[in-house]
Amino acid sequence: MYKIIRKKVLNPTVTQMEIEAPLVARKAKPGQFIILRVNEEGERIPLTVAGTNPEEGTVKIIFQIVGATTEILNHKEQGEYIQDFVGPLGVATHTEGIKNVCIVGGGVGCAIAMPVAQEFHRLGAKVTSIIGFRSKDLLILEDEFRECSDRLEVMTDDGSYGRHGNVTVPLKEMLEAGEKFDMIITIGPLIMMKFVVAAAKPFDVPVTVSMNPIMIDGTGMCGGCRITLVRDGKRITKFACVDGPDFNGYEIDFDEAMSRGRMYFDYERKAHEEACNLFKKA
Amino acid sequence: MAIDPKKHEMPTQAPEVRAHNFQEVALGYTEEIALAEASRCLNCKNQPCVGGCPVNIHIPEFIGRIKEGDFEGAYQIISQTSSLPAVCGRVCPQESQCESKCTLGIRFEPVGIGRLERFVADWHNANVKEKAVAPESNGHKVAIVGSGPSGLTCAGDLAKKGYKVTVYEALHTAGGVLVYGIPEFRLPKSIVAKEVDTLKELGVDVETNVIIGKTLTIDELFEMGYEAVFVGSGAGLPNFMNIPGEAYKGVYSANEFLTRSNLMKAYLDDPKTPIMKGGKVAVVGGGNVAMDAARTALRLGAEKVYIVYRRSMEELPARKEEVEHAEEEGIDFRLLCNPVEILGYNNPDNPRDPKNGFVTGIRCIKMELGEPDASGRRRPVEIPGSEFELDVDAVIMSIGTSPNPLIKSTTKGLEVNRRGGIIINEDGLTSRENVYAGGDAVTGAATVISAMGAGKVAAKSIDALLSAK
Repeated sequence: MYKIIRKKVLNPTVTQMEIEAPLVARKAKPGQFIILRVNEEGERIPLTVAGTNPEEGTVKIIFQIVGATTEILNHKEQGEYIQDFVGPLGVATHTEGIKNVCIVGGGVGCAIAMPVAQEFHRLGAKVTSIIGFRSKDLLILEDEFRECSDRLEVMTDDGSYGRHGNVTVPLKEMLEAGEKFDMIITIGPLIMMKFVVAAAKPFDVPVTVSMNPIMIDGTGMCGGCRITLVRDGKRITKFACVDGPDFNGYEIDFDEAMSRGRMYFDYERKAHEEACNLFKKA
Repeated sequence: MAIDPKKHEMPTQAPEVRAHNFQEVALGYTEEIALAEASRCLNCKNQPCVGGCPVNIHIPEFIGRIKEGDFEGAYQIISQTSSLPAVCGRVCPQESQCESKCTLGIRFEPVGIGRLERFVADWHNANVKEKAVAPESNGHKVAIVGSGPSGLTCAGDLAKKGYKVTVYEALHTAGGVLVYGIPEFRLPKSIVAKEVDTLKELGVDVETNVIIGKTLTIDELFEMGYEAVFVGSGAGLPNFMNIPGEAYKGVYSANEFLTRSNLMKAYLDDPKTPIMKGGKVAVVGGGNVAMDAARTALRLGAEKVYIVYRRSMEELPARKEEVEHAEEEGIDFRLLCNPVEILGYNNPDNPRDPKNGFVTGIRCIKMELGEPDASGRRRPVEIPGSEFELDVDAVIMSIGTSPNPLIKSTTKGLEVNRRGGIIINEDGLTSRENVYAGGDAVTGAATVISAMGAGKVAAKSIDALLSAK
């Protein structure tokens, strides 16, 4: 059992928890993820590590309430326990040789982007961050990003905060103005990452995307997380859990990944409704 | 008294009943049947059966105890060499091991050794409530990576000798393939849990949720004071065929399908982990895992389940009993067929059609057998122009697995072969000092009992190494 040391509500649909898991805290690097089960019957869900405190032995996770499992997790309070917590999984984000980086985060993906931005800042790279949300209510981690970024652009789809528009607007402006990023790292909804890749392509800037597909074990055993890369016209199957989660954005078959992500869409919607009803009754 | 030429049948659930539930198919011998079957053993002098067993169970001796009605005595004899008798009695391919060597088998059917082993283990579990006692510690610490059959066996053998053993398991439940792979109807999970509990009584620590190679490395285990490490991490990575359409929704690896059903209990009526239930299902492959996947799909409510296998029934590698059970349950064997493409739904007029991207069928080509290949089996060759399609809603790829690279990639000096299997010598020792390995991590996908055999070899070598210190 793993204790919830601290819990903080970041916005109505996004929660941050710090979980006691000393072995994971000692090892986890930005870009890696963990898998947890809330209770004995629960499903395994992957969540990217949003920070660690090795001295205290805690790992920070930030999750959006999207389905039954995250709904149940969100009802756990500080001092309570979750059943299983394993990691760190996946390959850490590559940082070598990158002196000028642009971090593009969307929605709850910003929670994953934040430790990556902090790591580059710590390593002395020039960090430009672009973070986007649907509206002001859903904004998270602005202060944290401001602290570790040389330049920050906050975007909202409805214009209720920061600049009006999506994350590709300032990205294109910067690239057109001649900004020479060594790397663009984008983390967020698949559709957003697809557009970031498209925006960067004319400028020939490398783009790393962070994939978050359906997954069970996280150690390469089930193959459920497989994604297709297209390299020199050849289709290559990779497992996001062991080969990723970071991949070259130009190689990803986004349409296939989006389709696969909807495999259990109906089931998940129903399960979430049932979980909500359960808590309403209680 | 004339010897009964046939093995006593094991009572089973009727096929039409068991095809719709997850309870165990075979119900096991009664005492009466066990006594009758035991009496078929000739107790021959040269004991060829013992040599056919990867862990060399003293077979005629335990059968002798059954004849005397001393079932616990029989259990004790099996326990001398096997840590998991209730498991092996169920999942060993006896027809190609001990029973294939049985003298009686020259003229008649061999003695039902596996069925008797199962009877003895079940009798013990039902009737003997005494707990195992941890022996006095010898002060040496050993770490085991993976709680599958090789790891549990190695742990058990060392614990009985007084070693302080810790088993590290990546998943949330101990048992490895016995819990994530083999279904409830063939190996009830309560039996695996019982075997793990017995190890705990012997003083073994089982640490779940620790991935060696990620959470901790082999080098860190030595820093923590472990004097030897056994790697039994299994053959985790599922193979795919690399044919078009494998990314469609409804295409599973057998590992994923079985893990969802077994470990994550998606077979329950109100599962927390989803799985596709019902419809028509094609399972590609002919091993035990393919049989397990096909029969699981059937029990989850599939209206039709095909096994698509590229060779003929003669080469089909699954255990004979499982194939018979599958046929009785109505699994449709499409032999000498190989998939060339998986077909999916794509509505050109509506990219948002919710059916888009789901499997609709599988295109196969008929095969014929040519000359024998490197494996000694006749090589299947495509018959040009013989393509045909099966309408299915799900395809389960069960064409083998490869060893997991997590440990290799984080352990300096650990050598692996071309296929990723860890290289060991006859003592189970790897290229790293004090690091031993066995099971599927070495051989690639094989059987539970051969993995147990490898765990035993390593335990013996580790004992020789550390007791000499």
